[in-house]
Amino acid sequence: MYSWRALIGQTLLYAAFAAAIGIGSWWPPYQHLAPGRALVKLSMVHHGERLGECVALTPEELAQLPPNMRAPTRCPRERAPVTVEVDIDGAPAIRRSAQPSGLARDGAAVLHERLEVAAGAHRIGVRMRDRAGEEGFGYSLDTDVTLAPAEILVVDFDAETRRIVLR
Amino acid sequence: MSWRSFEHALDRWFPAGTNPLRHLGALACLALALLLTTGAWLFAVYDSSVAGAHPSVSALAAQPLAGGLVRGLHRYAGDALLIFVWLHLLREWALGRHRLFRRATWWTGLPLLPFLYIVAIGGFWLAWDRLAQYAAIASAQWLDTLPLVGGGFARQFDLEVPDRLFSLLLFVHTGVALLVVFALWFHLQRLARPALWPPRALALGTLGVLLALALLWPVRSGPPAELGSAPLIASFDWWLLHLLPLADATPTLAWLAVVAMLALLALAPLWPRAPAASAAVVDAENCNGCGRCVDDCPYVAVSLVTRTGGDALAVVDADLCAACGLCAGACPSATPFRSNTRLISGIDLPGSTVDALRLRLRAQLAARPAAVVVYACERGAGPSTDVAGVDCVWLPLACVGQLPPAFVDYALRQGATGVVVAACEACEFRLGERYARERLAGLREPRLRARVPTQRWRIVRAAEGEERQLTEVIDGLRRARG
Repeated sequence: MYSWRALIGQTLLYAAFAAAIGIGSWWPPYQHLAPGRALVKLSMVHHGERLGECVALTPEELAQLPPNMRAPTRCPRERAPVTVEVDIDGAPAIRRSAQPSGLARDGAAVLHERLEVAAGAHRIGVRMRDRAGEEGFGYSLDTDVTLAPAEILVVDFDAETRRIVLR
Repeated sequence: MSWRSFEHALDRWFPAGTNPLRHLGALACLALALLLTTGAWLFAVYDSSVAGAHPSVSALAAQPLAGGLVRGLHRYAGDALLIFVWLHLLREWALGRHRLFRRATWWTGLPLLPFLYIVAIGGFWLAWDRLAQYAAIASAQWLDTLPLVGGGFARQFDLEVPDRLFSLLLFVHTGVALLVVFALWFHLQRLARPALWPPRALALGTLGVLLALALLWPVRSGPPAELGSAPLIASFDWWLLHLLPLADATPTLAWLAVVAMLALLALAPLWPRAPAASAAVVDAENCNGCGRCVDDCPYVAVSLVTRTGGDALAVVDADLCAACGLCAGACPSATPFRSNTRLISGIDLPGSTVDALRLRLRAQLAARPAAVVVYACERGAGPSTDVAGVDCVWLPLACVGQLPPAFVDYALRQGATGVVVAACEACEFRLGERYARERLAGLREPRLRARVPTQRWRIVRAAEGEERQLTEVIDGLRRARG
């Protein structure tokens, strides 16, 4: 049988254990986005253009290949990096360049960036370059948006329509 | 205040070996068992489609005494598990129980940490409410910063979440949970008879706390996840998700912190270097291959091999040997009644042999005939001034489990008034006190002969500083003898 001192001590310790779990499990609340702020996410998975042009093989070259590998053109695998610039209200906000994935650098380039902005109206400019040696940007978008507090605006590239889109 | 004195202070509130600080590993096992049981129930009712995930979990709140209770227990047992695991790790480190023969057990415990965090964070995703949305995006962005992941994981949560993702997450959550069970089994491989279950009073108390929390503070889902807006979280489980705010703010620093912590824990057993005690040695001529030392070794350091003639022979793995002497206490050839001039047992500690113990016993009893013989663990009560005035022969041991029980009988036959076997406060070698009690009570081989009068010997637990209580036991034996 426990003494009254042991019973009080045990009750105190179990209560402290319960309080530690109960409080640590719920409190304090975590605010990862301040009130009145919104998010702009640059989220693109895009294949850059191949670094070289495809070359048509001559009949002699084709004849030297095994029958199952006689593709009429030979294309270099490596692709160009993808560069994206985002301006918010005319000021540079994101400048990112991503290398193609894969050991042979023939996969898609992945860009994922997050930017906090004040909720409200903004002018957003997005430019993307996916071709090596290109001076300017092959794709661009300039538009006005109005963001509600906590709203997430995703900047993406639609591979079907070949356009930068906001979702 | 050292960890040991803190534990000692708590013993006053938790008598009879129910101090939770002495059972942290077993408490973690209890929490894990609760998680697996409640997890199986939740697995059965969970809908792993995007549309069904949130409703299937939030519907549990409508059954406060069934689903709600199970969900609450699952969540709070998860919190408790991580607390117990970190405290267990801290205790073993504070008591220096991560070095030498224990370092393999320490190292095999480390993978449990990342596995537990993966299961914990992954579990929050499944509810697919606003907190789940935050946990999913924050951890996916964190994973994306790893060089080989590819970087497209967080993008899954920017637009539409594919249906199959939740099936995959459920598979990962349950799969890694099973991996935790496997890692736990691996962690315990170098321990004989590991304590997987806390004492009943402690188990009931812990279960009561978790049940009370689940009933009084039920776990409910927040609003469903909405990918078009950032989640504003009303509450946050800091016990299980504390890594995410750091990962969200500075992913690289968070990875560095995790890797540095794991590296420090992995290197801890190597520094500072501690001298290893001499491992037990086997004397082939005196070993009859009975296997008692194999059964009684608490760290699985002794095994049997077959000799050329087909008989068994014990062998000791010196790296695993704790030099506790429990094997010597178990050896049938370690009886002091053997007539050999030199007592050589089948297995013994080179630095503290049974032959040396017999010689000291004989010499000291010759000098103080009719004294009370005290076989004492060197980590427990010592021969201080409280004991100095008492007519006793004090024989320290590495552990009371090192004492072959025949030494009690032998001391009485050599003229001792009585015999006290004094164990330390909590056996350093896990099973020494338990085996000593079982051998003396005739419940374990080698047994103390039944004809030895029970009123002439005692086995007691006397911590350092409890010499006065030990003196009372010695005096009691002397008074009983008249």
